[in-house]
Amino acid sequence: MGNNNHRLSGIKKWGFKKSPWVFHLSTGSCNNCDIEILDAVTPRFDLERFGILLVGTPRHADILLVTGVVTVQALPRLLHVYEQAAKPCMVVAIGACACSCGIFDGGYHVVGPVDKIIPVDVYIPGCPPKPEAIISGVVKALAKL
Amino acid sequence: MFAHGAMDFFYFIIFHGFAFTVVAGLLSTWVDRKVSARIQWRVGPPWYQPFADVIKLMGKESIIPEGANRVSFLIAPFLGFTAVILVSTIVWMANIFPGASFVGDLIVVIYLLYLPAIALIVAGSASRNPFGALGASREMNLMLAYEAALLFAVFTVVVKNGGIISLGGILGYQAVHGAMLLQGASCIIAFVVTLLCMPAKLGIVPFDIAEAETELIAGPYTEYSGVTLAIFKLTKAMLLFTLPIFMLTLFAKTVWTPWTILWYALILVFIILVKNVNPRFRIDQALRLFWLPVLGLSLLGIILAAVGL
Repeated sequence: MGNNNHRLSGIKKWGFKKSPWVFHLSTGSCNNCDIEILDAVTPRFDLERFGILLVGTPRHADILLVTGVVTVQALPRLLHVYEQAAKPCMVVAIGACACSCGIFDGGYHVVGPVDKIIPVDVYIPGCPPKPEAIISGVVKALAKL
Repeated sequence: MFAHGAMDFFYFIIFHGFAFTVVAGLLSTWVDRKVSARIQWRVGPPWYQPFADVIKLMGKESIIPEGANRVSFLIAPFLGFTAVILVSTIVWMANIFPGASFVGDLIVVIYLLYLPAIALIVAGSASRNPFGALGASREMNLMLAYEAALLFAVFTVVVKNGGIISLGGILGYQAVHGAMLLQGASCIIAFVVTLLCMPAKLGIVPFDIAEAETELIAGPYTEYSGVTLAIFKLTKAMLLFTLPIFMLTLFAKTVWTPWTILWYALILVFIILVKNVNPRFRIDQALRLFWLPVLGLSLLGIILAAVGL
């Protein structure tokens, strides 16, 4: 699918590439991917080198990191957060569940995967993906700009 | 004040008040982030990181939340921003041409330094967000806590130098009698009090109670995005440069030498170290800290200055 609305150029693009602030949103994950995301922002990987900061509100976010199958309960929240985020904003689906519902596919509570609800720019498979894979995914998202 | 009109306006307000202070402030923000990173055994961001942040925010959508008070919501960031530009203009003008400063500009600076905090309170209250409202209430409490101590510390200088309330006059006094800091115990106490109040005024750990990101998401900044958030970031960065320079003008300035920059760097590193080795205070703890020991110290300073120590 992919969201092609954010073609940036010049200094705007430079700013966006050098300062992507990420917002972490769980839409019914098992907490495993979320822990890997937190691992990726620890001093060991030091994402601040690339200007990546974890922010607490979607208003400040440039990249939404979405984990988990989208459950019935999480659906309105996901839409709400996506609408709240200041555009241009990219979406990265993290983990097998967010990409394709994983082992929960067909469950009574599952609405997802994420790209059925909102446009997704980058998919990071894995159960859970390694922090290195998450970093690589975010870099790929930035390369699409 | 503006003898040569437009040229002086450009020189002081645009160049020193705004452009130079923005660049220096953003670089100070970078020093803050880099030193914090090194303390945590990380590499840290490159030097242009704060510039990239601001440029990116300028290019993003600025959302006004539904139900927010549009006028207050949009005025708030510019209120604090303008105040900081004026403060840095006055401080720089006094430093470059001590004769050009006017009587009472010390008091003007003190009043203008309230405005960034007030802007934060307006922002939090106008944004119709519970986190913003809580942040605004905390900022109000924090302001009530530290302002009294800071005011007494600044007025210790005035008492000590015999009632000079213009920055140019204070600089002239220091040019004759040596740095204010060396004038006696009262001034040292006053300087320590300003150092303790500075993190609270700048809103950084251990006194980032208003925007505590682990409790209040981003406090008053929660609903801000794009340009308005960039203006807030610039205000904070400029304050991080202007406030220590103002304190140095009051306490440690004899002549403009490279040593002044070293003094500024020392104050900055002190603030960063305090930031990195302390957890955040609760609002009631901060209130108790500022109203009892710090205000007591500050009063002691002004009493000592009054008896001539």
